[in-house]
Amino acid sequence: MEFQFSSFADFLAMDGHGIFVWISYAVTFAALAAMALYPRLARRRLQRELQHQQRISQRRQKVKAARQAVKEPA
Amino acid sequence: MAWQWFHRLGSPRWFYQKTNVWLPWLALASVVLLSVGTVWGLGFAPEDAKQGNSYRIIFIHVPAAFLALAGYYIMAISGAIGLIWKMKLSFAVMRAAAPIGAVLTFISLFTGAVWGKPTWGTYWVWDARITSMLILLFLYIGVMALSQAVSREQVADKASALLALVGTVNIPIIYKSVDWWFTLHQPATIRLTESSSIDPSMFYPLLTMIIGFYCMYAWTLLTHTRALLLRREVRTQWAQQELAGGK
Repeated sequence: MEFQFSSFADFLAMDGHGIFVWISYAVTFAALAAMALYPRLARRRLQRELQHQQRISQRRQKVKAARQAVKEPA
Repeated sequence: MAWQWFHRLGSPRWFYQKTNVWLPWLALASVVLLSVGTVWGLGFAPEDAKQGNSYRIIFIHVPAAFLALAGYYIMAISGAIGLIWKMKLSFAVMRAAAPIGAVLTFISLFTGAVWGKPTWGTYWVWDARITSMLILLFLYIGVMALSQAVSREQVADKASALLALVGTVNIPIIYKSVDWWFTLHQPATIRLTESSSIDPSMFYPLLTMIIGFYCMYAWTLLTHTRALLLRREVRTQWAQQELAGGK
């Protein structure tokens, strides 16, 4: 088994078929990479949403506590 | 007792923790196999006598098409399991399989079109194999859209599982399309029952890519399913603990 092309330029050109071959491989690997990275993005988005909700509920509790304090002055 | 593992498999938490160990190995295997197969196919496999170098697209076209079809079985079967045993996990697998299948079908259609230009002189023909693959893409997109169109999750699960099952009719049509109709598409090069019409020097890199695509499929199916499960179980303690951790 040996390298089929005499030079790197030859390898890129592939006797005029280079453009078809390289576009196919580029699009394929771009699509596969996007597919592989998507769950990580989804996880991060979920983390942000969860933190946001937790902040809201904390603030609500604070407001509640403050109202209680106003209603029943010590 | 014998059914215990089956029910445990249905538990999202158990699945999430169990698969954690497999992920790095599957990722490693897919990266190694796909890199080796790509270099082998692009640089070291001999030139095709009839098609010249454009045939090198086969090393991604065929594996992507294989997995686009196999992925449909996985989607339809997990939809069926979900319908029969009302298993949450199974529906999550079905939902995860839809976008992955769509990406793989897109890859096989796109590389096929680009391959068609130097080989047949055209990017697109409305022939049986190509049209049935396009229908497969629409089925995947349909399942994706339907699973998000209904806001009640259980209803959406059932509806998309039904659509996935009905769409299974298309699969044998795709397989047989090159034999049933006169077509530009070449018949299958790899056959299990008879000897393949492909030389070993081209077959081994192709096999490497096929196994690599299988590993990639397994890996992404797991990670997509896990992401869906986290979202569904976001109110439970284990999911919140998992999300609080880094990564």
